[in-house]
Amino acid sequence: MDNKHNIRHSFEPDEHELPQKPAYPSGLDRRKFLKLFGGGLAVAFVLPDMFLFAGETLPPGSSVLPTNQVGAWIHIGEDGTVSVYTGKVEVGQNIRTSLSQIVAEELHVPITSIKMVMGDTDLVPYDAGTFGSRSTPQMGGQLRRAAATARLALIEMAAKTWNVDPKSLKVDEGIVVNTTTNNKIKFGELTKGQQLLLPISNEAPVTAAADWKVAGKTVPKVNGRSFLTGKHEYVSDMKVPGMLYGKILRAPSYGAKLIEADVSKAKAFPGVVVVHEGDFVGVAAPDIRTAGKALHAIKAKWDETTGQPSNSTIFDYLVKNGSGVGGGRNSGDPKGNIEEGLKTADHTHTKTYNISYIAHVPLEPRAALAQWAGGKLTVWTGTQRPFGVQQDLSEIFKLPKEKVRVIMPDTGSGYGGKHTGEAAIEAARLSQEAKKPVKVVWTREEEFTWAYFRPGGLIEVNSGVKNDGTITAWKFLNYNSGGAAINTQYKILNHHIAHIPSNTPLKQGSYRGLAATANVFARESHITDLARLVKMDQLDFRLKNADDARLTAVLETAAKAFGWKTSAKATGHGYGIACGLDKGGYVATCAEVVVNAHKEVKVIRVTQAFECGAIVNPLHLESQIMGSMVQGLGGALFEAINFAGGKILNSSLSAYRVPRFSDMPKMQIITIDRKDLPSAGAGEAAIIGIAPAIRNAILDASGVGLSTLPMLPNGVIS
Amino acid sequence: MVLIVNGVKHEVSLEPDVELLSVLRNELNLTGSKYGCGEGACGACTVLINGTPSRACITTIGSVVGKEITTIEGLEKNGSLHPVQEAFLQSDPFQCSYCASGMIMSAVALLNNNPAPTDDAIVTAMNGNICRCGTYINIVNAIKLASNHK
Ligand code: FES
Ligand code: FES
Repeated sequence: MDNKHNIRHSFEPDEHELPQKPAYPSGLDRRKFLKLFGGGLAVAFVLPDMFLFAGETLPPGSSVLPTNQVGAWIHIGEDGTVSVYTGKVEVGQNIRTSLSQIVAEELHVPITSIKMVMGDTDLVPYDAGTFGSRSTPQMGGQLRRAAATARLALIEMAAKTWNVDPKSLKVDEGIVVNTTTNNKIKFGELTKGQQLLLPISNEAPVTAAADWKVAGKTVPKVNGRSFLTGKHEYVSDMKVPGMLYGKILRAPSYGAKLIEADVSKAKAFPGVVVVHEGDFVGVAAPDIRTAGKALHAIKAKWDETTGQPSNSTIFDYLVKNGSGVGGGRNSGDPKGNIEEGLKTADHTHTKTYNISYIAHVPLEPRAALAQWAGGKLTVWTGTQRPFGVQQDLSEIFKLPKEKVRVIMPDTGSGYGGKHTGEAAIEAARLSQEAKKPVKVVWTREEEFTWAYFRPGGLIEVNSGVKNDGTITAWKFLNYNSGGAAINTQYKILNHHIAHIPSNTPLKQGSYRGLAATANVFARESHITDLARLVKMDQLDFRLKNADDARLTAVLETAAKAFGWKTSAKATGHGYGIACGLDKGGYVATCAEVVVNAHKEVKVIRVTQAFECGAIVNPLHLESQIMGSMVQGLGGALFEAINFAGGKILNSSLSAYRVPRFSDMPKMQIITIDRKDLPSAGAGEAAIIGIAPAIRNAILDASGVGLSTLPMLPNGVIS
Repeated sequence: MVLIVNGVKHEVSLEPDVELLSVLRNELNLTGSKYGCGEGACGACTVLINGTPSRACITTIGSVVGKEITTIEGLEKNGSLHPVQEAFLQSDPFQCSYCASGMIMSAVALLNNNPAPTDDAIVTAMNGNICRCGTYINIVNAIKLASNHK
C-alpha cells in the first residue's frame, strides 16, 4: 500500500469545498440504472444543457447516463414506494428528514411512503460530499424539481389512461384524482409495468414556500425511533460473520519514520493477521482484546522529527511561514488606498487576533468495516465524502471504481471533520490480507491525534474611523486559517483583505463554518472597538455601516428580542453584539456576561437571530442553530489543542474540554422565515456570531478586549 | 461468570478485568451503549447497574457479577417504549443521536430517583453526558416532558 498517499495526506482548509465537477464519471450505466429501479417511473436530475436522454431512449451510441450531471433521482415503484437516491449523507443535520419533506411536498405523497437511499456509491449518483451547507439549497432544489417533474408525468399518465384533460386532475396523498368524476388511481397502478426514465423538466411548477404543507413544518426525525432504542447501527456497531477487529500501530509523533518493527510476537497470537508495509503496521484479530494485545506486542523503533512548533510558538510560526500577501483564495479585491484612508481617519486601531487549532470531536470516532468478495471491495464508513473515499480506495488498491463500493450509514456526526477515509483504508488493507471482513474503530485518542484540525491562524487588522462612524480604512490579513467569510459586510472606503496560507504543522481541514469563525471573530471584535473609539453604540455603529438589508434585519431582530436598548444592565454585566453572513445564512448574536471581582466570567444569556431563506423544518433548523451556537461556545471560551514536539498533549475528553450541560447560558433563538427566498443550509453560519458577541460583552463589562480564541481557557480574564 | 443483562443471564468466560462496554458491544451484540471516550468522561456508554447510572467503559465485568445491568435495549417492553423514550420521541431533541442511549439511560436513572427534578437537578445529573452536537437545551426539555413537571 502506498502510505504516502493515504494516511498522511494533508489538504488545504477548503480544498474539498470547491464546487468541483468529478474528474471521472461514476459507474452508474444505463443497464445498471434500469436494473436498479426495475419497473416504475424514475426521474433523474440532469443539468438542463446536458439533456442527453429523454423519455426512455438514449441517443444512439451512448450507453452511459451522463452521471456526472445527474445530481439525484427519484423512483416511484409499482407498490407506490417513492425512493430518493442522493449522494448526500446524514451526520445529524437531519437532511434525511428535510429532503423527505421536500419530496413529499412536491410529489403530494405522505412522508412515510418515502425511502431515502443516501451515500451508497453503488446506488446513488456521484456527489462531491456533504459540506458547505449545500444539501438544502442544491440537493433540496434538485429534488424539488425532480419530484415536481414526476408529479406532472404521473398526472399526464393518468390523463392518458382516462382520456381526459390533465388540468382536470389533481394529486393527493399519492393518488391522482379526477376532480370532475372523482375517479382515483394510485401512483403505483400508473407506474405498474412501465419502465420510464425522465429527465427533470424545468416546466414542472414547484410549490411556492408560502403554500407548503409538509415542507416548512416541524416533522420528527424520520428514523428517530431507531436511535432512541439503540437499534440504529452506526458503522462502529456493525458486525458481519467472520469479522476481525483491526488495530493500527501509530507513530509516537507527527513526521516520525518507522525504522524497524518486530511483529513476530504479534503474529504468534492465534488467529492474528499482521500487515507490515512501509510505515503501515496493523493487526487484525478475532476479538478486540487479542487485537489490542497483538498491537501491544509489536516492538517498533521510530525516527522522530525534531524542532516542531508548539501551541505557544505557533502564531509566530504561522506568520514566518506565510506564503506572502495575496497567495490565498478568497482574497478580496483591494479597494481604494489604505494609507489615504488611515490619514483621513479621526482614530486608527491596530490589533492582532489569534485563533487556536481545535478538534471536531465527533462523538462517534472514525470507523470502517471492509469486506472483499469476488474482487470487489465494500466498505461501510462514516464519511462526509463517500465518493471521495471510493476514489482513494480505488487508487490505493488499484481497482476500477465499480469494484469499490462505499456505504455510509447515518453517522455519529462530522462537523466537517470526516471528509477523509483513513479508517476505511486501514480496514480495507487488513481485510485484504486477512481475507475476512475487518472492522477498525478509532479510539478517542486516535481521533484527536490522527484526524485533522480546524486550522489555527493569526489575523492582523489595521483600520481607521471617522468621528461620525464612517470606516475609512480596513486592512485585514489572515494567516493560515482561511478565507471563508473574510470579506466585510460593511461600507468601507478603502480596504485590503487577504488570506495568506502558511505551512501548518498540524494536519488541518474543514470544520463547521471553516474560517468564518476566525474571520468574523476578528472583524466583529474590531468593529466594536471602532464603535467604542467614536463613542457610538455597538448596534448603532453596525446599523450605520451595514451594507445588506438581510443583515440589518437579523441585527434588529436579535437586538429587539434581547432588549439591547430596553433592558437594564446590572453592575458587572456587559452586553455584546456581533453579526455576519456565510453560505447564504445571516446571523446576529447578542450576549450578556457578568464579570466578577476575580475576573471570572459567566455567560448569562445569548440571543441569536438567524435567517436562511424559506425554512424547511423549523424544529430541526432550531437544533442546527443551537448546535452551532454550542459548538461555537466551546471554541470561543475553552477549546484548544495543545501540542509540542509533534505530539498532541490533550488527546482525551478529560483533557480537552467540550461544552456540557452546565456551560449552557440561557439561549433564545429567533428564526426569520423568508418564504420569498430560496432555502439555504443552516449547519454553518449559525456558529460565527457567538464568539465575538461574548468577547464584546466581556469588553463592555470589564474594559478588556480579548483577542485570542479560546478567550477563557481557565474561566478568568488573564 | 454470569452477567444479568436486561433480565437475561449470560455466561461469559472472560477475565474479570475486561470492561463491561466491550462485552456488551462485542460479545453480547448489545451495541446501543456507545463508545465515546473510554475513560468515563462522555457518558455515551451509560448503563444502569442495580438502577445506578454507571459508565460501562470503566466498569469491569468482575465488579458487576450478579447485579442487574440495564442497557438501552432493556427499556422497551413488549414493543412499547419506556416513558422516557416516549418523551424523547415526542420532543425529537437530537441531531446525530450518537449520545442518545447514554442520555436516555442517565435521564431514566434521574427520573427514577426524582420524578420532578428542577432544571439545576437535571443539569447536575446529566453533566457527565456529552452531546457534541450541542442539543443540551432540547434534552433538558425532553427530560422535563418525561417528568412530573409538565
Ligand atoms: S465511553 Fe464511557 S464515558 Fe465515554
Ligand atoms: S446528537 Fe450528536 S452527540 Fe448528541
